Amino acid sequence: MNQFQYVRATKPQAAIEAVAKDANARFIAGGTNLVDLMKRGVMTPQKLVDINRLDFRKIERQNNGLRIGALALNSTVADDKQVRERQPLLALALNAGASPQLRNMATVGGNMLQRTRCAYFYDVTMPCNKRQPGTGCGALEGINRMHAIFGFSDKCIAVHPSDMSVALVALDATVQVSGPKGNRSIPFADFHRLPGDTPEKDTNLEPGELITAVDVPDGPFTKHVHYQKVRERASYAFALLSVAAALDIENGTIKAARLAMGGVAHKPWRLTAAEQVLVGKPATEETFRQAATVAMQGAKSFKHNEYKLRLGPNAIVQALKTAAAA
Amino acid sequence: MNRVDGRQKVTGAAKYAAEYELPNLAYGVLVGSTITKGRLTSIDTKTAERAPGVLAVITHLNAPKAPGTKPTGKDPSQPQTVGNALQVFMDDKIRFNDQPIAVVVANTLERARFAARLVKAQYAKEKHQTNLEANKANAFLPTQAKKNPKSPAADYQRGQVDAYKTGALKLESEYVIPTEVHHPMELQAITAHWEAPDRLTLYDKTQGTMATRRDFARQWGLPEENVKVIATYVGGAFGNALHSWPHESAAIIAAKVVNRPVRLMLTREQMFTMVGYRPHTWQKIGMSATPDGKITAITHESIGQTSTYEEFVEATLGQTKMMYQSPNLTTRYRLAALDVGSPIWMRGPGEATGAFALESAMDEMAFLLNIDPMEFRLRNYTDQDPEKNRPWSSKFLKECYQAGAQRVGWNKRQLKPGALRDGEWFIGYGMGVGTFGAHRGSSKASAQLLPNGTVLLQSAVTDIGPGTGTAMTQIAADTLGLAPEKIRFEWGNSDFAQAPTQGGSAIVNTVGPAVQEACMALKDKLRELAATSNSAFTSAKKEDVAFADNYLTLSGNSTARATYADLVRQAGGTAVTVESKPSGEGQKYSMYSFSVHFAEVRVHELTGEVRVSKLVSCADAGTIINEKTAGNQMKGGAVGGIGMALMEHAIIDDRFGRYVTKDLADYHVPVQADSPAIEVFFVNQPDPYVNKLGTKGIGEIATIGVAPAIANAVFNATGKRVRELPITPDKLV
Ligand SMILES: Cc1cc2nc3c(=O)[nH]c(=O)nc-3n(C[C@H](O)[C@H](O)[C@H](O)COP(=O)(O)OP(=O)(O)OC[C@H]3O[C@@H](n4cnc5c(N)ncnc54)[C@H](O)[C@@H]3O)c2cc1C
Ligand code: SF4
Repeated sequence: MNQFQYVRATKPQAAIEAVAKDANARFIAGGTNLVDLMKRGVMTPQKLVDINRLDFRKIERQNNGLRIGALALNSTVADDKQVRERQPLLALALNAGASPQLRNMATVGGNMLQRTRCAYFYDVTMPCNKRQPGTGCGALEGINRMHAIFGFSDKCIAVHPSDMSVALVALDATVQVSGPKGNRSIPFADFHRLPGDTPEKDTNLEPGELITAVDVPDGPFTKHVHYQKVRERASYAFALLSVAAALDIENGTIKAARLAMGGVAHKPWRLTAAEQVLVGKPATEETFRQAATVAMQGAKSFKHNEYKLRLGPNAIVQALKTAAAA
Repeated sequence: MNRVDGRQKVTGAAKYAAEYELPNLAYGVLVGSTITKGRLTSIDTKTAERAPGVLAVITHLNAPKAPGTKPTGKDPSQPQTVGNALQVFMDDKIRFNDQPIAVVVANTLERARFAARLVKAQYAKEKHQTNLEANKANAFLPTQAKKNPKSPAADYQRGQVDAYKTGALKLESEYVIPTEVHHPMELQAITAHWEAPDRLTLYDKTQGTMATRRDFARQWGLPEENVKVIATYVGGAFGNALHSWPHESAAIIAAKVVNRPVRLMLTREQMFTMVGYRPHTWQKIGMSATPDGKITAITHESIGQTSTYEEFVEATLGQTKMMYQSPNLTTRYRLAALDVGSPIWMRGPGEATGAFALESAMDEMAFLLNIDPMEFRLRNYTDQDPEKNRPWSSKFLKECYQAGAQRVGWNKRQLKPGALRDGEWFIGYGMGVGTFGAHRGSSKASAQLLPNGTVLLQSAVTDIGPGTGTAMTQIAADTLGLAPEKIRFEWGNSDFAQAPTQGGSAIVNTVGPAVQEACMALKDKLRELAATSNSAFTSAKKEDVAFADNYLTLSGNSTARATYADLVRQAGGTAVTVESKPSGEGQKYSMYSFSVHFAEVRVHELTGEVRVSKLVSCADAGTIINEKTAGNQMKGGAVGGIGMALMEHAIIDDRFGRYVTKDLADYHVPVQADSPAIEVFFVNQPDPYVNKLGTKGIGEIATIGVAPAIANAVFNATGKRVRELPITPDKLV
């Protein structure tokens, strides 16, 4: 680990300024991702601005929705009564991630900003355009079993590893940020980016911008929801791929649907076209299969992740079936 | 009886190799090569040396060379050494990726770690080979087999060569296991301390205090007595600490250079590259059988990966030679030398690798024959060893089959795959057999009575987790007729009575009798001492000697007394040391432990996820000394087998020769949720010949046969035969 300076912010403005004016400064929340990256030399901030003392931990009702503070812990959010009642999908996705110990440290803001688990990104001796633009993409012709099938570029084929974010994109959440130029809100679907020619940029956050909260609007998805995470062991593993499914069913007919996938793209992957297939149809396996087929349109695989093309539709069907039966 | 060290372990009082706080302790951090093969052309250590707290940066350019190590292969007129462990900092040659090229020593760990990043190396790269598949054509017969046709690694033949090829009903299948890494919870660590220029003390994670002492005494040209190795607690090893590794030498060199004790602990990432692993192995089995299910021929071939500087050989084909009654049998064992670190035995070692192929093939053949796989095994059961043509010292494998089949619910199994399901989950049953030699070596143990009436026993043996200390305490308690609380067994120190390395399931077999005999000898000595002042003891048998609260007495003679304090004073100590050696029975009998594992699995029809819902492990391991620790061993071994079957897989990107699995988030081992409640059954029948205790050994058979049991169950559930481990969802969906 390199030497770095550590400061503890007590006011949001001070934290923002400290990071905005210093390209080598970073916020630190739970530290469960950033510290690992620093130990490996992947990220080398010279200054850490600890934001844990800031007052962004609350989960409150606001404007027909829930406002979840950026510093609320993953475990707190997953256990929160209002979240479980109004947004059970979010609770399921959170509990599918990491381990209880990690969820007790990890924050909502940090979770969204966790970086890819691509092995080449983590090894400073290997090529990686995301870590070091211009060095090439190690995964493209390498071990790409975990990599993207949607929205990749020839510069980067990494996936975003967050489970929580898959639920949030499905639930039409909005990210509240505060920056040197004031406050703004970013629709969750526009928060993360596709790699394009600039894989070094994971999100559309500007330098110094601090996430203060995530807003999740109320919706009809309080019952028929499921987060299907396919992984190599029963717990404590990143997804091979995952599906967040939410249905509103009346008399056997789907009135509204939300569908998103994780582990398939550089960002949580919302499947709007598939949602449209579902709406107005009977909640049957046949309908789910049709949606799955539409969802997978345009998917392309690499040497080691061809299985995702088969697993993807199956996991979608499984998620929808389980959601419908919930 | 509970574990004697349970309390120390759960309270943190147990001290491991990296927890000895010596005065003036310094910290070492290794710098690894970033190329896979070639030479170091320059190494810039200046910035690192100037970093705060740095005491030394040691490379091949400035390292003191241990006198007992030969430079390896630098001089082109000298032959390449085969079979020499890697010597760190001896030359500029790079043999594998992440090979240590420098050790940075500083006064804190953080400073050492920081400075390690500042060491910059330049290399002349050469083309490397890390892909087993691509190098199968270059596989060779191990040197030991070339020199000695009787070596277990040599080609074996009974009946006709490759006779399966002419069989009417035949099978030919290839199986692959990937590289698996031991990853014990405790990382490899050592604290090296030169107490004087010719006196070395090592607090080391090792499975053999004597072996480690011998190795480093040789390397540094010291009398063995001058090297002391302490390994009281070892946080799991699974074979990982059966070899002396580069980091140990690096710490010893570092301690010499800075003239302070040096602690060096590897990172999880380094645990992949330089301290051994279960080698990536390709196997092929050809088998033929008669329609009524008698095997007529088996050919089993294997190619295992090794390094370019050491030929690592294991008994991959051992089980095939003796498990089933096949009149024609051919085995061929080969190695492929790659530019990787050396492998080392990993729990159940080669036998577990071989059993995956053999026991999968048995299941495939049973399926071809449309016979229940247990019935098929019974039709080919061996009542004596077909390899050596000798009787078994004992074999209760049929009893294990029965017990396991009943417990797992084998009668529910359908011959036709995919016939059972529970909603979206297919259900299947599979079995796998394991065996491992009931090895017994020579060992010493010492025993002495202390004035307070407790008995102190000592042996250099280590306890890497199985409960050796507990088993030995229990053996002593039983032999002496003394409560276990009155016995203190001390282990893990090379100064104690000589004992072999913990490994190969041989410790209870070997050290157990030494402890037993030491206790008998102690009783005899005490009786003799008592006899000098009390004639009642003169004609007594040592078996009659009994321990009361403060004195020694004789059973059936309550007046005979000799107080402990008197006895100890009288003799100036009561210590006895005995050496216990195997009898010659090993020549007359074939001695093996046996196991069979039954798995019930559930496979999700859409996601291909596999869950082991039931696992029953049955063992014929002779007498069970302690049901609790033995049961624990079986369960731990079975969990290792689940890992092997379903997830463990270390992956190298061959373009770079570097692992892309670098931590336990990439390299999966089972978590609690992956392991069902595992049921253990012991036949618990003494073996009459291995030793007087009747034990045969448990550690390896706990793992051997588990992976094929699961693979076979997956086939039974789905009709999909996965011949390349691990069985991950992508292979089933
Ligand atoms: C072994 C392991 C397994 C895991 N498994 C999973 C899994 O299965 N699923 C899953 O989803 N995740 C998993 N994770 C990742 C885990 O969820 C993240 O590490 C965690 O959510 C990050 O949150 P944090 O608060 O610790 O972030 P930090 O590490 O503190 O920060 C991460 C990044 O976010 C920035 N940041 C943090 N808060 C803010 C803010 N409010 N505004 C602006 N920037 C901010 C930091 O500067 C930093 O760059 C796993 C992690 C580990 C170590
Ligand atoms: S996929 Fe992206 S993160 Fe991975 S090596 Fe390529 S550029 Fe780097």
